[in-house]
Amino acid sequence: MKRLPQAALLPDGRRLHLQDGPIDLIVEADGNDADVRAAYRAAVQRFTGLLDELCEELGELRQAADPERCALSGVVARRMHAAVAPFAADYFITPMAAVAGAVAEEILGAMRGVAQLTRAYVNNGGDIALHLCGDEAFTVGLMDRPDDFGLLRTILIRANDPIRGIATSGRHGRSFSLGIADAVTVLARTASQADAAATIIGNAIDLPGHPAIVRVPANELQPDSDLGARLVTREVGALAEHEIEDALEAGIACARKLLAAGLIEGVALRLCGETVVVGTRGIDARTTRPVRGETSKSLMHA
Amino acid sequence: MVTEATPAAIGDKIRCDACPVMCYIKPGAAGACDRYANHDGQLVRVDPHIVLEQTVSHGGRLVPFQATGDWDGKIVHEPSIFVTAIGAGTTYPDYKPAPFIVSSEIDGVDMVTVVTEGIFSYCGVKVKIDTDRYLGPETATVRAQGEAVGHVTTSEYGSQMLSLGGVHHLTGGSKKEGRVTCDALMDLSNCKPVELTIDGGATVVVQAGCAPIVNGVAEERMRVGCGSATIGMFAKQWQGKVDEVVVVDDHITGVLSEHQAGKLLDIPDTGIKMKGRRSTPGRYFQVAEPGTGWGGTRISDPLSVLGPFDPKTARPGMTMLMVSTTGEHAAYYELDEALRPIEKQMPLDLKLSVERIQENCEPALCTVLFMGGAGGSLRAGVTDNPVRLTRSVKDALTRVTSGGAPVYVWPGGGITFMVDVTQMPAGAFGFVPTPALVAPIEFTLKLSDYAALGGHMDFVRPLASLKDSAEIRPMPQIPGRRA
Repeated sequence: MKRLPQAALLPDGRRLHLQDGPIDLIVEADGNDADVRAAYRAAVQRFTGLLDELCEELGELRQAADPERCALSGVVARRMHAAVAPFAADYFITPMAAVAGAVAEEILGAMRGVAQLTRAYVNNGGDIALHLCGDEAFTVGLMDRPDDFGLLRTILIRANDPIRGIATSGRHGRSFSLGIADAVTVLARTASQADAAATIIGNAIDLPGHPAIVRVPANELQPDSDLGARLVTREVGALAEHEIEDALEAGIACARKLLAAGLIEGVALRLCGETVVVGTRGIDARTTRPVRGETSKSLMHA
Repeated sequence: MVTEATPAAIGDKIRCDACPVMCYIKPGAAGACDRYANHDGQLVRVDPHIVLEQTVSHGGRLVPFQATGDWDGKIVHEPSIFVTAIGAGTTYPDYKPAPFIVSSEIDGVDMVTVVTEGIFSYCGVKVKIDTDRYLGPETATVRAQGEAVGHVTTSEYGSQMLSLGGVHHLTGGSKKEGRVTCDALMDLSNCKPVELTIDGGATVVVQAGCAPIVNGVAEERMRVGCGSATIGMFAKQWQGKVDEVVVVDDHITGVLSEHQAGKLLDIPDTGIKMKGRRSTPGRYFQVAEPGTGWGGTRISDPLSVLGPFDPKTARPGMTMLMVSTTGEHAAYYELDEALRPIEKQMPLDLKLSVERIQENCEPALCTVLFMGGAGGSLRAGVTDNPVRLTRSVKDALTRVTSGGAPVYVWPGGGITFMVDVTQMPAGAFGFVPTPALVAPIEFTLKLSDYAALGGHMDFVRPLASLKDSAEIRPMPQIPGRRA
């Protein structure tokens, strides 16, 4: 019997929720009813079996990527490889670093292939692929904590911006991080590129050898982790202000490099309540509340 | 938790076959999906509450689910039928919201990215300790490891109350005070024992769901009632078996022959003379200083609450039972020729009445309610944050839960709630060095047709085994804040 993914509209009647194994997508398309319906149908269709496709090459996807050659055959797998390849010469990175973004792109592509949509997104656990036409725009909010309803920053993405992908990486997520960042949110041309870059920048925000940071070999937590025995961050204890700055500086340096290379369009780095933004394109000045680092006292209380 | 798939074991690891990722999962760990875990070598579907907890710690907003089976491609659906992932205790197991939820409702923002956990700087615990023993004066400072973590607050029926934590102790004092407060709150909330000392009072070990240990002695029973109530409850059982009964109580000491209950039974006067302040007939306040002795007083000799018997009424050979409100202390006396009470062996039927008092006392427990607020001071402290943001979020909620447990949401501004920590999953609380507590909180959208919930859940995902599992806790419907 073929395993079918979960597919359901959320109660707002607009958004589609798709889930299969570890993949969890929230999808929304704007357009006329017939187009939206066709787009959602295409999304469900493309999603069915996608996890199986990926798993056929899972062994290879978990290996460090070759910066020159790609031996993968699946279209999503190849996209994952393409996204991480620019980093593979300088860093340890596997195609898995771009899996979420690459899947989001694939579903978005399937929707766009069958329907005229003015605006659409596929949100794969925070790694988001966007589609924008004409005068359309998306406002993306960065939220600090679920118990606050205010937004830390907002990012306005217009159709004429090059940004079509957003990804967040950090030590709180479901996947492991080699660094200590709470969150690195990257804006890039594609979701898979944003995904890979967020991983790299997140790893760069680090204080190697710091005693307050608890690290554990990844494979002790997940025996088949693509990170093998590499130490991943489990806990970050109290850090001095200058240490937070040092760690963020390392991330900023990495981010600038990627920005200069055209691999990302912008990034927000976040560590222990401090937020730094690198690259201004797309990042709107508007905030609905002050950044925590600037007014730490008033925002310390939920 | 429910065993579902049939995993292969490799050493202590198991291999999950729920999906083609085929994760190897170590004991105590979950697979890549966070849905399946290795529990003592068994592949289990992770407890729904833990899924919730992780969802919240990933910053997820919980959203209700379409309950009518696989999506049929229709854009329009019946809004009257949906199931929440949580809140009802039973859960739709396959639903795990993405950490970052897109929502166009919030202030014109299309996407909301949540990156950290549910942190409560404004939080504390209210501790109810079922004991009449004197723990300390009202408003006295309560300490853990020597640091002030809270205070004694107004007592309740048969119980002493402590109010611990709060933003003042967490962030307003020294660094150590904050850390110790945070630790104490977290341990209490996670149902671990915490030793507290009260300035000018007792040392008490508090553990949610367990008996309090006051000055090294475990409390067994909550009093059956105040001294006066005890007289009222047992007067008939004492009639004809003893001439006088005194129920010693720190609050209201009762005297059978003077009490309304005794009068109604025509129990004759005994010439007893009580110390303390008479409230109404047979009811005395302040017969002794509060303490950890008889009936929450400091006395060990109950006769010390009596003055000399009135020779006009009393006669030699009269009998008297003195008993505490828990039946834990009791003594039997007879008046000698000089009308002095002399302790004698208690007759069997009186012993039985004391045992009856004990039997009617409920076990003494410590209960811990976690209380936290979300979004309250956000409004006050951040003026450019529109009030309608909070309001719109609140209006959309019908139910708030914490780790799947029902909560009481205080009326008024903000979202300030209380939850019984024993109803929450083990280890539900964490902390951040702020210091502040990390607690799960879930917002579940309105259910129009709660009655249909069970059936729909089965329809969404028929899991026969789930239905019969003892580990799925059905939870009573919590009345919505707004219908």
